[in-house]
Amino acid sequence: MSTLKYLLQKEFRQIFRNPTILRMILIVPVVQLIILPLAADFEIKNINISIVDNDRSVVAHDLIEEIKSSGYFKLVNYTHDYQVAFSDIESDETDIVLEIPDGLESDLIREQKGSLFIAVNAINGTKAYVGGAYLTRIITGFNQDIRAELNPGNNGASIGVAVINWFNPLLNYQFFMVPGILVVLVTMVAGYMTALNIVKEKEVGTIEQINVTPIRKTHFILGKLIPFWVLGVFVFTLGMFVVARIIYGIVPLGSVFLLYGYLALYLVAILGVGLLISTYSNTQQQAMSLSFFMMMIFILMSGLFTSIESMPRWAQWIAALNPVTYFVQVMRMIVMKGSEFEHITRHFVIMAGFAFVFNVWAIINYKKTS
Amino acid sequence: MNSQKMISTRDLTKTFGDFVAVNNITFDVRQGEIFGFLGANGAGKTTAMRMLCGLSIPTSGEATIAGYDVYKETEKIKQNIGYMSQKFSLYEDLTVAENIRFFGGIYGLKNGEIKARSRELINALDLNDQKDLLVGSLPLGWKQKLAFSVAIFHHPKLVFLDEPTGGVDPVTRRQFWDMINQASEDGITIFVTTHYMDEAEYCDRISMMVDGYIRALDSPAQLKKQYNAESMDEVFYELARGAKRTE
Amino acid sequence: MKQLLAFIHKEFLHVFRDPKTMLLLFGLPIAQILLFGFALSNEINHSNVIVIDYAKDVASRSIIEKVRASENFDLYDVLDDHHMIEEVFKRGETKMAIVFPSNFNEDLVHGGYTEVQLITDASDPNTATTLVNYFNMLLLGYQSEMYQDQQMPMNIQLSLRNIYNPELEGTTNFVPGVMALVLLLVCVLMTSVAIVKEKELGTMEILLVSPFNPFMVIISKVIPYLFLSIVNLIVILALSVFVLNLEIAGSIILLFGVSILLILAALSLGILISNVTNNQQTAMLISLMGMLLPTLMFTGFMFPIENMPKFLQVISNIIPSTWYYIIVKNVMIKGLGFESIWKESLILAGMTTFLLLVSIKKFKIRLS
Repeated sequence: MSTLKYLLQKEFRQIFRNPTILRMILIVPVVQLIILPLAADFEIKNINISIVDNDRSVVAHDLIEEIKSSGYFKLVNYTHDYQVAFSDIESDETDIVLEIPDGLESDLIREQKGSLFIAVNAINGTKAYVGGAYLTRIITGFNQDIRAELNPGNNGASIGVAVINWFNPLLNYQFFMVPGILVVLVTMVAGYMTALNIVKEKEVGTIEQINVTPIRKTHFILGKLIPFWVLGVFVFTLGMFVVARIIYGIVPLGSVFLLYGYLALYLVAILGVGLLISTYSNTQQQAMSLSFFMMMIFILMSGLFTSIESMPRWAQWIAALNPVTYFVQVMRMIVMKGSEFEHITRHFVIMAGFAFVFNVWAIINYKKTS
Repeated sequence: MNSQKMISTRDLTKTFGDFVAVNNITFDVRQGEIFGFLGANGAGKTTAMRMLCGLSIPTSGEATIAGYDVYKETEKIKQNIGYMSQKFSLYEDLTVAENIRFFGGIYGLKNGEIKARSRELINALDLNDQKDLLVGSLPLGWKQKLAFSVAIFHHPKLVFLDEPTGGVDPVTRRQFWDMINQASEDGITIFVTTHYMDEAEYCDRISMMVDGYIRALDSPAQLKKQYNAESMDEVFYELARGAKRTE
Repeated sequence: MKQLLAFIHKEFLHVFRDPKTMLLLFGLPIAQILLFGFALSNEINHSNVIVIDYAKDVASRSIIEKVRASENFDLYDVLDDHHMIEEVFKRGETKMAIVFPSNFNEDLVHGGYTEVQLITDASDPNTATTLVNYFNMLLLGYQSEMYQDQQMPMNIQLSLRNIYNPELEGTTNFVPGVMALVLLLVCVLMTSVAIVKEKELGTMEILLVSPFNPFMVIISKVIPYLFLSIVNLIVILALSVFVLNLEIAGSIILLFGVSILLILAALSLGILISNVTNNQQTAMLISLMGMLLPTLMFTGFMFPIENMPKFLQVISNIIPSTWYYIIVKNVMIKGLGFESIWKESLILAGMTTFLLLVSIKKFKIRLS
């Protein structure tokens, strides 16, 4: 036990002795947590629209007014030439083009039907879908209105939709993003630091000296893990109860105790990953490349930014094998929905499994002798 | 006591695939001896030494260190030995005092003991003004002397020194050997590798490794007589000339 | 010249001698472009929804059938009681509940109006609003089917065309984004670490005392990574075309040229980082901790830049991958020519020059 004390003392000294590293692991997460959530806004608003009006009729004019007053669209160009509007799409100045053909009004009156053409810049598929959907709804509504005006009485039955948004009635994106981004930052601090730290001792040669001492393997590893575990908890606390609370006004709805319980378990699993990386690397360069690779997958396959359900089946399996996935979910559930232990039992069991497998694997793979 | 064997090996062998790094070496080191372990680069010295320290498991043969078996009792061996590697192995980002305290601590010394011995050590090395400096900022000679002191800080029975004086000036080298002699007088057995033949003269006995074998083993005086040589340099040259392996 | 070649040769030896690093250098971009190219999209599909049907009539049943048939929704459960909703939401099993009131069909047919209630788990606002949108479209479809046989007066028909990406796939947006991300980060990381490593080992001193111009030392360190990055670029493009089935609509040569411009910008950034740090650990932390998330979020493929607050839009403008992403979209997907990207290319070139000048200045200070 007392050898562990000396190991811990040494590790903490080395961490605090290097101001650059200390700054990186404390200030960088805080700054990123302050700034990044502001950038993470999926909401599709201010869709730019160019309208090609070849009809110049009253109906066309009314329709354009309807679109402009809907609040979803910004009219960037009103023209009579489709080519002009299309070049707006090419130059990214507009997202959607509505073409009103010559004779819309007269067709509607004479033949009781007319047509409109919409072209959407679909490079970003979601934006294209949403833009198209908004425009369709506005035009359908407009259609019902002119019908009602001309022919009151018979305009068919309609179904309305009443939406209630639970847990986040104002649809605030930051409430959703801050907990998730915090998870990634804590993961990076704890994971990188462990992975790089042991390899550094290998590269510099001090690990040889440690290996000829009677230090027990488990003590040495604990001596490496505990400081970064503490650091992880500290960064998390700083993020959750200083940045998230003061800047974003986020107060966890659920139990703080439960949140920390999960954090404690999660950190053990992530430190295990770092340890595993370091046992497979001989140089810091290798450890770094490996952790970079893992971290990219951890972040992008965690459902932090994109939905896991819409991934192909095989990719969902990768997401299921990613510890970050579970903590991101648990954070959002506890913080925003007030989920309790019974709701996240599955998450606890899986994380305990990760923690066990990664650490045992790493300890087996770490050899004092060759 | 003098007859007690600190190191005893019988046909100790280590192979890496087809390559026989250490080939059936058999020798004993008595307690209190200064034993020089010589050989050209690539002769297998470091591999042999790593086996004796418990860092590497032998392929075959037997060896005991301070009475403990190198296969089964590596952790007991580690309690009883000190080690100073070729690569400088103190923490450069810890101070002199912190390094001493750390290594004392992991050998399980009591707090009071660590304090008393540190004071003694710092006085002996005349490092009082430098004890709070980072080790990384010390000149190489001082680092090496400090590394040696740390290696014997827990009073091991036996200490392994792997080319401890590489890159050090002659005066420091002289002082370093004074420290080795002092440790030997205190009853610590010394096992040292070196490329300096004047240092070989300071040893009680030396062995010469060539291509994984021990080719000669005796006191410096006997060896010179045996090879009809004026100096250890000539002995070394005579033996190493036939080597097929070089690094 | 001979000296320069000798140095470059030595750098290549360093890189090729370490198979693990080599594997990562090439394996990493390949794995990532494939993984993310296939797996990522901003789409929301197959979201679990539950239905609470108090009506159990013709209208509610046919709408539920439409929900079941839709790609957008996965019908998780049909319940009789809305008290279960909170429990299911808290478990995170479903994102939206669709509630049909009793007398749904009767109100619709005789009263002319009825309402469906949607309860969303808005902890994820994006999913919540998207699901509501999907449901609205589904209802519109249902209503127009209702009147199919009945000739409606003054009917406006819509025809909608999705340009560049008719199937609304995620790859057109994500492949250019991931290309920008991977090329930038791998280059920055590799160069900064390679140079700092020499500093840390002390071999930099040896190079600097050689009769060789110190700037040449840096250049020779960078050239192997330039070469490796170009190889990476070729592999990434080949994968996009042959595996992800994304055609290069514009000129390959143009795409190549601007990609090399991005690589140069990344290499300069790597040099700058190596100049301001003294050990590998710090250089890595700056490149990884400092750059990974910001590059991911500010490039524009994950979150629309026009949604960001003004000062963040400024930040996104100083990230090289943002400009590269626009260029790749224009050249690779839209098939446009140089006249559409000259501005962005000029900015990238300007960034590279700026980064190099700063590095040289820092380097000189260190030497004197």
